[in-house]
Amino acid sequence: MLIELLKPLDRKLLRDLWAIKGQALAIAVVIGCGVGMYIMSKGMLISLAETRAAYYERYRFADVWAPVKRAPNALLEQITELPDVRRAETRIRAGVILDVEGAAAPITGEIQSLPKIARPHINDIVLRRGRYPDPIHEEEVLALDAFAEAHGLEPGNHLYGILNGTKKKLTITGIVQSPEYVYAISPGEIVPDKKRFGVLWMNREALANAFDLDGAFNEAVILTSAGSSEEALLERLDQLLKRYGATGAYGRSQQISDQFLTNEIKQLETIGRLLPPIFLLVATFLLNVVVGRLIDTEREQIGLLKAFGYRDRAVALHYLKMIGAITLIGIVIGIILGLWLGQGLARMYQDYFKFPFLLFRAPADVYLLSIGFSLIVAAVGTSSSVVKVMRLEPAVAMVPPPPPDYSRSARWLEMLAPWIDQPSRMILRHLYRWPKRAAMTCIGIAMSMGLLIGSSFSMDAMLYMVDISFNVIDRQDVTVNFVEPRNLRAVQDVLHAPGVLAAEPFRAVPVVLRNGQRTRREAIIGLVPGADLGRLVDTDLQPVPLPRHGIVLSDKLAELLAIRAGEPLRVEIRTGRRPELDVTVAGIVKTFMGTQAYMDLRSLNRLLKEDIAISGTYLLVDPDLTDALYTELKGTPVVAGVSLQEQAQNAFYETLQESLGTFVFFNTLFAGLIAVGVVYNSARISLSERGRELASLRVLGLTRGEVSYILLGELALLTLAALPLGALLGYLLAWTLVQSFDTELFRIPLVVSSSTYGYAALVVVLAAVASGLLVRRRIDRLDLIAVLKTRE
Amino acid sequence: MEKNEHPAFRAEGLTKLYGSGESRVYALRGVDLEVPRGEMVVLLGPSGSGKSTLLNILGGLDSPTEGRVYFDSWELTAFDDEHLTRFRREYVGFVFQFYNLIPSLTARENVALVTEIAEEPMTPERALELVGLGKRMDHFPAQLSGGEQQRVAIARAIAKQPRVLFCDEPTGALDSKTGIVVLEAIARVNHELGTTAMVITHNAAIAAMADRVLHMADGQIQQTELNSHPCDPHELSW
Ligand SMILES: Nc1ncnc2c1ncn2[C@@H]1O[C@H](COP(=O)(O)OP(=O)(O)OP(=O)(O)O)[C@@H](O)[C@H]1O
Ligand SMILES: [Mg+2]
Repeated sequence: MLIELLKPLDRKLLRDLWAIKGQALAIAVVIGCGVGMYIMSKGMLISLAETRAAYYERYRFADVWAPVKRAPNALLEQITELPDVRRAETRIRAGVILDVEGAAAPITGEIQSLPKIARPHINDIVLRRGRYPDPIHEEEVLALDAFAEAHGLEPGNHLYGILNGTKKKLTITGIVQSPEYVYAISPGEIVPDKKRFGVLWMNREALANAFDLDGAFNEAVILTSAGSSEEALLERLDQLLKRYGATGAYGRSQQISDQFLTNEIKQLETIGRLLPPIFLLVATFLLNVVVGRLIDTEREQIGLLKAFGYRDRAVALHYLKMIGAITLIGIVIGIILGLWLGQGLARMYQDYFKFPFLLFRAPADVYLLSIGFSLIVAAVGTSSSVVKVMRLEPAVAMVPPPPPDYSRSARWLEMLAPWIDQPSRMILRHLYRWPKRAAMTCIGIAMSMGLLIGSSFSMDAMLYMVDISFNVIDRQDVTVNFVEPRNLRAVQDVLHAPGVLAAEPFRAVPVVLRNGQRTRREAIIGLVPGADLGRLVDTDLQPVPLPRHGIVLSDKLAELLAIRAGEPLRVEIRTGRRPELDVTVAGIVKTFMGTQAYMDLRSLNRLLKEDIAISGTYLLVDPDLTDALYTELKGTPVVAGVSLQEQAQNAFYETLQESLGTFVFFNTLFAGLIAVGVVYNSARISLSERGRELASLRVLGLTRGEVSYILLGELALLTLAALPLGALLGYLLAWTLVQSFDTELFRIPLVVSSSTYGYAALVVVLAAVASGLLVRRRIDRLDLIAVLKTRE
Repeated sequence: MEKNEHPAFRAEGLTKLYGSGESRVYALRGVDLEVPRGEMVVLLGPSGSGKSTLLNILGGLDSPTEGRVYFDSWELTAFDDEHLTRFRREYVGFVFQFYNLIPSLTARENVALVTEIAEEPMTPERALELVGLGKRMDHFPAQLSGGEQQRVAIARAIAKQPRVLFCDEPTGALDSKTGIVVLEAIARVNHELGTTAMVITHNAAIAAMADRVLHMADGQIQQTELNSHPCDPHELSW
């Protein structure tokens, strides 16, 4: 046998490790969870960021977008000559309504122009299948892959598009991906709905014909030179293009796909920063407890080794090797786990974000760092025990430790004693005798519960956020956007469409908002007074009326502009006569998604110096007649886009289930492992320390159940005590996560439902029960006779 | 159990085999035994002769490889673990060389641990008085001397008023003076409560206080000695 080749001390090491294999594994798994979580989140973060950078670089993702109403192609030269512009390109981009066979609801989409001969230089596309449209075939288009896949569209298939009011039959010749639509989401939505948002590319000439843009463009895309000031360029572009109906140029930070990607990367960063340390902390604690108590039980052996002439260092090394072995197993588990999770996550992302390539790959320093962290954890967790081994005098160690002295019990405890039975007294005195140990176990269990709450609460919060957003703030079923602002009478026409129960007009006006140095490019939404579908709510989520005068900002926008109610805000309208004036901030309202500015529709139009015009209407519809309404809307030329609340909600729930659900599932698993690790370890060590005591009780005629009560009752008590603490830790973790997930796109409310607390408590209790049962099996098999032969 | 003619214990052909193959050890090889009620029995024999093994089997802690054990009219060897636990709980008291007290319970509570689950126990106070520890009832084991701890263990064993008291080297860890105090406690229980007592010892001098002395060697009872005039423990010396 191999073992016989080893030195006796190393044989002891292997046998000791084998003897505590369950505990060693529990610790290793906790270390592994931390390492795995770190490798997964950090690796994914790096993979995602690198992939994005490479994709943007290779396909020349634009730095700036400058939409206009209509500008002559010749203007390109002037744009190119602006300082900081490395290269510019013009194109046509317009909203379309798409109709695919088999899809009842109208699909909102975008259509972009393809240059006549070459591919686009800026925002180039990746042809996955098929071919580019033939310049002489007007009806040929390329389709975005996510959308095509969702509808099972392949090159050669047809679909219909309403281009500028005219329905056209289009033929797909190729399926593409684009850096502009990594996250293909319709403006104003919160999650991508592949079925409900389509993007097409068409020959420029054909598209210009359809939108009366011959010799003209409606969007310039720009690559800037390195080190340039984006804000200055945006200003210059707005100046140059203002005559052509510029609604305001914007950079990548306001490009919706990139915004979402950035958001995701930020979330990964937060998770990577927050969760692995929790696991490693728990691992430190476990190592500390287990190794500390192991060394206590091996006092005599240590003394003996030293008495035989083994040096302090050799003996310490023996225990260091044991700790090292456990840590090493943890690291290996972690690396395997991290790679496995990372690849799973990459697959999920590949489905969520459309990259032409996305490989999970963590650079070597991620592995090295996680190994380093684990070793530090091991060192910190066990240093005190190892020092104790070094310091132990052989003479002292050889004398058995005196029986633990329980005489200094607490007075309150002794007052209680007459009312409780002896086994319960044993539990309480034992807890009181080793309060630090009890506290550590309690904290360990609480941490696992906190982790559970911290990860599952996001589900509550998201559902709450969507519920408030869709059922309290924006209560419409359907939003119809017109191609051009229309007269208020358009509302009447819409009201006559089948199934429409109520219609509420709104106007969206592109603006630049300025407060001192702070500038935001936004759209002011004009609402009718007393609006009942598109509502405003205060911070208590109570509906508030829209003030007649002044502008109302969403809380996040006010924060970004650093402005408070009552202060004046510079508003530069970027449409019509482009007036600029100061408007008082009349109020701040609560929103969870995006940034919003609202005004009374009439004061907004007065500001524009226009008659009342509207951009679209919110509709309340009869659910039984939606199909008829959809057919009607698909055939209405003035409609540029339709968004459907219910579909958006469903898409949201689906995405939530897929992404967050997986995340919560894994965290539940991890937290359960931690709980098992802590409870099982505590129980096992207690058992090894008190096995003799428990066996004596069995000899005295106590049943297995009664004896188990003494050991497991203590753990049950600690688990119960850990529950409120865990709830508190969970709330704190949720709070931290909420703070760090506060972005322009989302604000996750700090909502932890009682069912989440209940769920977390249940998982922890189940984990505790499972480890209790494992230990119970050992109690049942206690060797009564062996215990009586030996001295304490 | 009513009064009847059954002896306290009867064993037939007890064999205990440890291990298998080359490392087989016979701890007992065919022990037949009968212990009348109320007797004080001392078990003598060299180390490894199977004394503890026999005692553990009679006390329901262990089971023989072959043979039967009867306690009163019951066959112990047919009991499952649950019944053996009940048996120990109601009828048997154990005292061991290393006391095995619960360190987190006081002397009184260590005794109460047993009286709480027994059917007709005496009070813990009475049991402690019987062993001469009436004054130290609220001390924890860490605050008691070895002899005192052993007497608590005896009080704990007798408090349930067991039918039999098994003591495995109860004086092994004690000096002779303290040992005699402990033996006196055992003898008192045997006389006053009529408890059958079985005491293992390496100390042949102790045999003088027994009604019956069993000499064990090599897993067998070599010789049984009856003593019609057992002496009082305080007359002993070693
Ligand atoms: N668990 C065991 N496995 C193997 N052999 C055992 C085991 N327990 C006891 N033995 C063997 O059985 C024999 C009898 O042991 P037992 O403990 O009954 O002796 P004893 O008479 O009580 O000795 P001592 O006076 O030293 O306590 C011994 O040879 C011992 O080695
Ligand atoms: Mg023995």
